[in-house]
Amino acid sequence: MKLSFVVNGQPREAEVRPMARLLDVLREDLRLTGAKEGCGEGECGACTVLLDGQSACACLVPAVQAQGATVLTVEGLGDDPRLARLQEGFVRCGAAQCGICTPGFLMTAAELCQKGQVLSRAEVRDAVAGNLCRCTGYQKIIDAVEEALCADQPR
Amino acid sequence: MLTSHAEVLSPRSLQEALTAKASHPETVALAGGTDLMVLIEANKLAPSRVLNLWGVQELRGIDAQDGWIRLGALTTWTELIHSTLLADHAPALVEAAQTCGAAQIRNRGTLGGNLANASPAGDSLPPLLALDGVVELGSARRGLRRVPIERFFLGYRKTALERDELITAIYLPARVDGDETFFRKVGTRRAQSISKLSFCGRVRRQGGQVTLARLAFGALGPVPLRAHTVEVALEGGPVRPQLAELLLNDIRPIADVRSTAEYRQRAAVNVLRGWLESLAG
Amino acid sequence: MAQLIGEGIGRVDGPAKVSGRALYVDDLHVPGCYYGATVRSTHAHALIRGITLNLDYDWSDVIVVTSVDIPGENVIALMTDDQPALAEQVVRHVTEPIALVAAPTREKALEAARNVRIEYQPLPAIIDMARSRGEEPRIFGNDNVFKKLELRLGDVKAVTGGVLIEGEYEVGHQEQLYIEPQGVLAVPREDGGVTIIGSLQCPYYVVKALIRVLGHDKLNVVQAATGGGFGGKEEYPSMLSAHAALLATRAGRPVKMVYRRDEDLRATTKRHPARVKLSTRVDESGRLLSLDADVLMDGGAYNTLSPVVISRAALHVSGPYRWETAHVRAAVVATHTPPNGAFRGFGAPQAMFAVERHLDKIARTLSIDPVELRRMNLLREGDLTVTGQVVKAPGGLLALDAALAAADESPLPPLSPIPGGGGDAARRLPGRGVSVVFHGCGFTGNGEAKIKSKVILELQGERIRVLTGSTDIGQGTDTIFPQLVASVLDIPLSWVEMAPHDTALVPDSGPTVASRTAMVVGGVVDAAARKLHAALQVEARRSAPFAELARARRARGPLRVEHQHQPDPSLRWDDERYIGDAYPTYAWMATVVDLAVDIDTGEVTYRRLITATDIGRALNPVLASGQIEGGALQALGWATFEEVVTDGKGLMLNDRLTNYIIPTAADAPEMVTLLIENPYEGGPFGAKGLGEIPMDGPAAAVAQAIEAATGAVLNRLPMTPERVLEATP
Repeated sequence: MKLSFVVNGQPREAEVRPMARLLDVLREDLRLTGAKEGCGEGECGACTVLLDGQSACACLVPAVQAQGATVLTVEGLGDDPRLARLQEGFVRCGAAQCGICTPGFLMTAAELCQKGQVLSRAEVRDAVAGNLCRCTGYQKIIDAVEEALCADQPR
Repeated sequence: MLTSHAEVLSPRSLQEALTAKASHPETVALAGGTDLMVLIEANKLAPSRVLNLWGVQELRGIDAQDGWIRLGALTTWTELIHSTLLADHAPALVEAAQTCGAAQIRNRGTLGGNLANASPAGDSLPPLLALDGVVELGSARRGLRRVPIERFFLGYRKTALERDELITAIYLPARVDGDETFFRKVGTRRAQSISKLSFCGRVRRQGGQVTLARLAFGALGPVPLRAHTVEVALEGGPVRPQLAELLLNDIRPIADVRSTAEYRQRAAVNVLRGWLESLAG
Repeated sequence: MAQLIGEGIGRVDGPAKVSGRALYVDDLHVPGCYYGATVRSTHAHALIRGITLNLDYDWSDVIVVTSVDIPGENVIALMTDDQPALAEQVVRHVTEPIALVAAPTREKALEAARNVRIEYQPLPAIIDMARSRGEEPRIFGNDNVFKKLELRLGDVKAVTGGVLIEGEYEVGHQEQLYIEPQGVLAVPREDGGVTIIGSLQCPYYVVKALIRVLGHDKLNVVQAATGGGFGGKEEYPSMLSAHAALLATRAGRPVKMVYRRDEDLRATTKRHPARVKLSTRVDESGRLLSLDADVLMDGGAYNTLSPVVISRAALHVSGPYRWETAHVRAAVVATHTPPNGAFRGFGAPQAMFAVERHLDKIARTLSIDPVELRRMNLLREGDLTVTGQVVKAPGGLLALDAALAAADESPLPPLSPIPGGGGDAARRLPGRGVSVVFHGCGFTGNGEAKIKSKVILELQGERIRVLTGSTDIGQGTDTIFPQLVASVLDIPLSWVEMAPHDTALVPDSGPTVASRTAMVVGGVVDAAARKLHAALQVEARRSAPFAELARARRARGPLRVEHQHQPDPSLRWDDERYIGDAYPTYAWMATVVDLAVDIDTGEVTYRRLITATDIGRALNPVLASGQIEGGALQALGWATFEEVVTDGKGLMLNDRLTNYIIPTAADAPEMVTLLIENPYEGGPFGAKGLGEIPMDGPAAAVAQAIEAATGAVLNRLPMTPERVLEATP
């Protein structure tokens, strides 16, 4: 099938099998390798992207369901100043270590930022529980997400 | 990595979807993909045809009709969680939805998919059983039929769904005053957990007497099940927590990589007793 | 600018990692690349009767490699030469590699691998480590023992007074579970050699292994951005690199091998399971009189690094305590199961869980407060360890007091209801547990003297390049080393950069393991920077700040200095008798964990984890605390979540992330991470190693907390809900 969708603000097209995983389309056809594969079954969240504004594991989305959709990947985060701040916060807080889970966490956090929710620390933990990290113990990731959500609140 | 070569049809209407399913019954229905894509990647399923239901609007929506709540088969976990109607009528189902997977999964995974996948650990199944849910199935030739949820599950991952049918909706009776519900999921970790066991209970009390009891367990055997012996014992009297011991007449827990039979048995009795004790006050 | 030390600057590879620009091996796109897959044994022990290809399958674009195609020796060289790159006549564990295939797509490669038929003649197998030593069939040597050792302090038998307290403790496998699976890309070079680009910790291990397999040294190894290691990418990448190199050489084109998660879980190394028996005598006040320890570990089918793992276990089974006498016997044996290998802590966590639980047993038996028992017996200045090492500036008490004070002062997060958690009906009991541990930093005994780690600094204009084989696997080497150089030379951080971790460029700085990189290699970097400054002063024939001299010679050619690690000459170590200075120094850590146990289900909820760690000096507190928090959660995972379930052949059954359960953010406690600075004169700016110690202590603290909450006494890891419920009185 010819897949037409908008990725990181740009209209893109690719000739793909309809059941191809969105993750493979992004990584192999569009060479956007920011989304990572950690498990291939939606457990680790390293492949999280925003699909029409909602976080999804790109390994579980068939290309046919991305037809006409809007996709945001980690490569497109910096275009939004608010999300660029989220990225900077991750570095400053030490939320990234080996970095393999970082794009997925950023995308899950980006959805929270875009929804503008006010979350307690415990709620932030639940909200990012679909992303596994083995390096940080999550403490500094929660710090960075909490900081980004607070920064978004009107003072 | 394992790309399916399946042909995919993306119908725009329910009629179109049912016709396609009837003409090629081997077609595998695709909702949010959170189970199907895993099976394909694990090389456990290699469908030649896939019916992509994601764009069928008739399968969406949560609304109240004639004393029932209708949930379209494509209702996602996220939609369940945010439904004010369900918060009133089926809080146990909402709580179950909150425990399902994580945000990414809840955004795509659907109630219809959870039923069709028919894993005995499916998070929605104990609440749907305890709430006397009814599954609506559609076929191009025979139209719609409704099956009580308890009769929908026939065996391990086997359902009453005929080869030419699709799940179209789930119906729950509107909540009745005096109904109290409870949901419990037991797993190794809090999030992203597949149950060791899950439980949903509902009792209706009038004047301190239990007039209706529904006790449903998931992940204990090949199908989610009701604890009929305990239900019958509970009905017609005050809540007596010690009746939880009768549960052993209803369940024959299995052992697998997630837990042991002994644990499931003991924890199931404990969870049931704990809830009954909190009801008895 | 010396204030750079102690500053939590953001990691230098941070911007690339948060933007998706950091390239991991699977992100590398190479035209014409083939994908490799592995045909593995389905038997624990069998003769290979034949390897055949399904003739109905299209093999036209598939490369197949078996042991007969190996140009050099069929061995993965590490400590001994017992492990083949590909099994020849015999397989000794399930998942042992037998053949390799490569094809233009991953799907085709996986499919082709399924069309390679192996005919086996099954043989009896040893799966249980308790039935290995001296038994038939023989797997290794004369007695199936990879390594045994014994150490003594005084005469245990002479101690007959006090109370005899005995205990047995058991721990299971643990998977490192780096989020990026193992992966390697092999690219043929124009000179007939091969370049390996991979997810790995120790590039020179791979070089040494490949020279043997390929029979030549026309090769270089490049570390790609690496998505976690924890020891799992210490030795295993040598195997995977050998496979990819064999395929690439045969195919004459690049070959990429990236494991799927299930394959990674089933086939790669794990933490060694262990059984520790302790027999102790203690006087009635709680003074530790004698320790008799028997440590048994399961090495799996091949030796890998097991001798060093068992050695570290033996050296840590005393805990951070003063024993008047000790006798430790330790052995690691062979079984027909997938080899176990390096994993953060490297034998110490197993030993430490045992001794810390045993202290709880002593406290219970004598009705002494478990914290007071520890305080009373912690090693103090001038005490002797069980190897007779004189303890200098111990941090155990500092850490314990700091952690306990923080437990009183910092708020305990409320035990809030969770969805599906049972609400008011749930019966959750709170509990607190405390543990104290120490961890020897760097290699054991005279290990560093053998390694001779080197670092090169290259000055060009005002830029300094640091050339080192030490890798950054997330712990922050690439940030810490420039911080050190800039601090020593009092120059801006922007002047210093890391050379790519490519063995064609960088010297062997020793493996990136054993909590040695910041302390040992960092020390070499520090010394090299001083040497560079000295060289500039000699060249300019005057004393001046480095920056001034560097600017003055901007127009001149590059200047290179090399420095090699100089072991502390005062350290004495007898490797035969295990007497002397086992480690140059120790890190110390106290843990206070608060949790709740659901007594109906045995589920454990973590609330808060306080750690206080004597790390000498925090070179970068953000990175340092990040290491400790990550390691501590890995330890909590081992404590209550992570269990490798195997079948009768030793095959891992829960080979998915849905059933090998690691903690999520919702399971992790809030952490209070205290860094205690108790400088070690042998480390750069006083720094000690800290990478592994957080793995050592939390599991025992959790066991104590569960006991405090429920009365359940658990001496076996993991403490799953099943075991907690069973043990709950």
